[in-house]
Order: sequence, then C-alpha cells, then structure tokens
Amino acid sequence: MSFQATRPNLLAAPAVAWLLAFMVAPCLLILGYAFFERGTWGGVVYTFTLENFERVFDPLYARIFVNSARIAATVTLLAILVAYPAAYAISRAPRSRQPILLFFAVLPFWSNYLIRTYAWIVLLNREGLINNVLRWGGYEGEPLSMLYSEGAVIIGLVYNYLPFVILAIYSSLSRLDMSLVEASRDLGAGPIRTFLRVTLPLTLPGVAAGGVFVFVLSIGNFVTPALLGGGRFQMIGNLVYDQFLTANDWPFGAALGMILIAIMIALLTLQARATNRASGTVREAER
Amino acid sequence: MNDAPTNDDPILRIEALSKDFGPVRAVDAVSLDIRRNEFFALLGPSGCGKSTLLRMLAGFEMPSGGRILLEGEDISGLKPERRPVNLMFQSYALFPHMSVLRNIAYGLEMERLPRAEIRARVDEIMAVTDLTGFADRKPEQLSGGQKQRVALARALVKRPKVLLLDEPLGALDKKLRERMQLELKRLQHDVGITFIVVTHDQEEALVMADRMAILRDGKLLQCGSPETVYENPTDRFVANFIGVMNFIEGRIGGDGHFSAKSVRLPVPHLAAGPTALAIRPEDVGIEHGGDAGIPGRITDIAYNGLDRVLHVAIDASATPIQVRVPARVEAGHAIGEPIRIAIAPDRCKFFPA
Repeated sequence: MSFQATRPNLLAAPAVAWLLAFMVAPCLLILGYAFFERGTWGGVVYTFTLENFERVFDPLYARIFVNSARIAATVTLLAILVAYPAAYAISRAPRSRQPILLFFAVLPFWSNYLIRTYAWIVLLNREGLINNVLRWGGYEGEPLSMLYSEGAVIIGLVYNYLPFVILAIYSSLSRLDMSLVEASRDLGAGPIRTFLRVTLPLTLPGVAAGGVFVFVLSIGNFVTPALLGGGRFQMIGNLVYDQFLTANDWPFGAALGMILIAIMIALLTLQARATNRASGTVREAER
Repeated sequence: MNDAPTNDDPILRIEALSKDFGPVRAVDAVSLDIRRNEFFALLGPSGCGKSTLLRMLAGFEMPSGGRILLEGEDISGLKPERRPVNLMFQSYALFPHMSVLRNIAYGLEMERLPRAEIRARVDEIMAVTDLTGFADRKPEQLSGGQKQRVALARALVKRPKVLLLDEPLGALDKKLRERMQLELKRLQHDVGITFIVVTHDQEEALVMADRMAILRDGKLLQCGSPETVYENPTDRFVANFIGVMNFIEGRIGGDGHFSAKSVRLPVPHLAAGPTALAIRPEDVGIEHGGDAGIPGRITDIAYNGLDRVLHVAIDASATPIQVRVPARVEAGHAIGEPIRIAIAPDRCKFFPA
C-alpha cells in the first residue's frame, strides 16, 4: 500500500470504527438472534433453528409485509406527485430566491418528528381542526373519522418525508441544462411533450433517489402507524416492535428485521446503480 | 392587404424590434430585412444584443416592441414550437439520453410524420452532414465537431424557413473552426435555407456572410455585404470593429484640409470641426527617399508570411500607425529605423469626433 493510499484510509478510520461498532455489530447481532430459539422472558436460547424465517412467510405475517409495501408504495407515489411540482417551481424561481424557498420546504424537517405527527392528530381528530372547520362551514352530518385509518398513516408519512423528495428532485432539476428544454420546444414539442421526453427522463435519477428514500423509510416506520393508525394498522415496523417489547420473541423480531433490512439494501443498491448509469449522461449535459 | 409574396420579398422582416430587461434595453428598435437563401450574420461584441435578437426570432424571448414578419406573416407572438424557424444552440443542446438518430428524428416525431418519412429524411440529412455510421452513438461519445454536425442536422432535418445559429463555431478549436466556416457556407448553399448566424468574430462573419449587420448596445449600426462594411464603414465603431483600422485624431479646417500635426490632406465637401481620419493598414504606403510623406519611426514589425505589418510612430497619433506591405517587397526594415509613410487621400474615411 502506497503512502498516498494510506492517508485517506486513516482519515476515514474514525467513521468506519463508529459504523462498525454501532451499526454493523448490532446488525450482525440481530442477524445471529434470528437463527436461535426464543427465551421465555425475552433474549434467546442458543439452539439453532430456521423456524423464525419460516414464520415470516406465514400468511398472517406475509400479509403485513405486503400491506406495508403497499402503504409505502402509495406514500412514495404521493410524495413524488406532490414534491415534483414543488421542486420544479423552486428550480424555476429566480436564483437568488431559491435558497429561501428550499429552506421553507425543509423547515418542518427541523422540528420534532413526534410533535409533527401529533399535530396531525389535532388536525384529523373527530373533534379536530378539519371537522371544526367543516361544521363551521355548515356541514351538519356526523364528524368525519379520519384519524386511526390507513389514510391517516399515509398522510402522516407523506408529510414527514416530503422534504427529502423535494430536495432530491430539486437537485436533479437545478442541474438540468435549460437549453435542452428550449431545444425541445424549438424542435416542435409543446410544454407537455417536452416534459415527458426531456425534463422527466433527465431528472429521473432525482425522482428515484427521493422515491427509494421515502419507500425505505416508510416501509420500516413504526411511529406514524402507531400514532395515526391507532394500532389497528400494523406495519412491519410495529410488528418488529411488538415482538421485541410485547411478545418477548426476540428471534422472530430479529428475523423480521433482517428481511426488512434486506429489502432496504436491495432497493438502495438498485437505486445507486441506476444513478451511476445516469450520472454519465448528466455530466455530459453539464458540459 | 399584402401583395402575393415574390422571391424578391424578404423572407424575414424585422420591424423596429426592441427588448427591455427591466431598465436595460437589450435590443433597441432594430429593423432588418433578411433575403431568401441568404447567409446573414449578426455581428457585435458581447452584450450588444445579438443573442437576444436571435432568441426573439426563435421565440424564447417576447419582444417589448416591434414585429417579426416571416414571409409577410407576423410571428412575434408565436411560441417557439409553432415557428417554422429552428435554432442551433451554441452549446448544441443535444439530448444526452438519446442516440444521434433519436436526436435528429426528434423534431420530425414532434410533427407526427409517418415513420418511413422520418427514417428517409434522417438518413438523408445524416448523409449531407457526414454523420452516416454515427446513428447509435450517444452525444457523450462524439467529438466537438461531430456534436456540432448533429446539432446542425437536428435543426436542418426540420427544413425550417430560416435556420438560426448561435455562435455555431464558438466551441470548436481554431483549425476546425476555419474549416467549418467554409463547410457551413457550402452546406447553406446546398440545402438552400436562409441562415442567420450570430457571431462576435468579425473574421468569421467576413468569410461566411452574404450580408452582415453590426450591432452595438442594442442598436443596429450598419448592414451590408462584408465588402461594403469593410470598405465603407458608416460608423467609427464599425470601422474599428471590422478588420484593422488606423485612426488619426485631428480637425477639418475652413480651408478644406484635414490636419493633425505633420499630417495634412485635402478633404473637399466635409464640414469643418474636430474629426478622426481612418485608414486601413493596406492603404498606407512607404515613401522611399525624398522628404515626401509623413515622417515616423518603426516601433514593431510583424511578419505574417504573405505580408509584413510595420508599426510606425508618428507625431499625429498616440498609437503607432499600422502599415501593411508585401513581405517580399519590403524586406530589410529594422525596429527604430526612421521611415516616411504616405496616406492615400481617396482611401481615407472621416468621422466627426
């Protein structure tokens, strides 16, 4: 190993040590637990078994996986649909105003996650703000039950992760060479066809980055489903939580967690590959 | 109310076109007629408004005033995609996610032409622009010159009534640029499409253009053939901008003579007052022997192969006068040598100061 190669490695050492100690080691520990039998009061009994992984594919639990994936996919789609126009508007604003607009888009992110989620309870409640406004506006029927539903969970997740998606899509859009858009118009494409054939394909890496991020964070989330779903809508995150803290079945919780991590890693890898492939063309456009 | 257009009518008429960006007037009441099949150059220093003018013709900027008439029809309010005019971008603006073929076919697909016709026209234009064999390449796999040809092909395949080119050779190196100047002119002749080229390079404009317009601070200074503009500049800025020009500051007196220290020339029919005399280096001669001409001293000699440019300091001018002489005839001069130069009165231009 040459001197030049050594120094960067040394500089990265603290971060690597941190990740090994507090990220990789616990994950390996969890992975290990997944292959043992449960202890009666939590913990594990060191008898090797594959039963925990078999149980994951039990229709009862598989349904929760599918449900979580469906909710996460819906959240991702909605977040992209809301974030893209916002990111587009910011990227087309005068350059001097873009930082402040981005700041506002990201602002909620700096407040506490729990408080923001509780705020939705205040809004969606049967006695909450939305119902009050409706009644004040002349609505006479039963108050709407919006809280403790799948819809509430989806709204909460979209709201919480929106800043990520706006940032990811904005960074793609702000690097888009505007002369490409003009060239498309010049060659006879209207605004819609220009968007579909030039702007959207060239900003897909940003959409993918934001989308994968939201999906991964949503599918494993347990706070929002617990608070806004009222415990009735179990997602994998809640299931894992329950196994460790309620059911005292650490090995099964570990197996569920491992599957979740595997899904995340697979998605992030796919996204990184796609971005790598696309970055060649983005670099070209910047030249 | 318009008569039927004939071939002698301008294909493009620009009427008092103006563009304001806030308090800045980028283009100021420019009027121009562009003729059919003409190679027209918009020339000027950066910031003169030539690019803004071109962008208004393409439809990317809406005029603050004036009209653009294409074959007699007002297109000033049309969106870019509705104008039978195409623009070749300075950066080429090739779509990075599409092959050369897809880039060139894009404009025809937008016209929703039958697939067979698109294929035929793309093949044809790729042959004309020497791109056959590059169909499947991505823009990032092309050299600068190849990209330039793809950009050209992509615009030409639409068969626009007028092709606008924004600094088409700006991104190429000098050698390639000189070759492409003639190439572009040949191509324009072959396809029979009116070209309007924006350039800041006066040499490029002289070589390529049938006619040229010189702009400065948003205003049109002069429009004419390269030869007219070079030989008969109507404006001091134009005289200085196109080619090399010597200026001698002096005044025209009541006796019908221009004088500045040792320089004294007859100038009939010109108003008296402070005046600048302008003369091209090739119109200044060397007096051999005797005491005719204007005395001076050689400060620099530049040898260009074909000719030699002597820089001669004279008392009437703060900057040395450039004298262009045939290199083989005027050999053996040295820096510091006293010399006498002659200014041909009939080659002089005079600009009131």
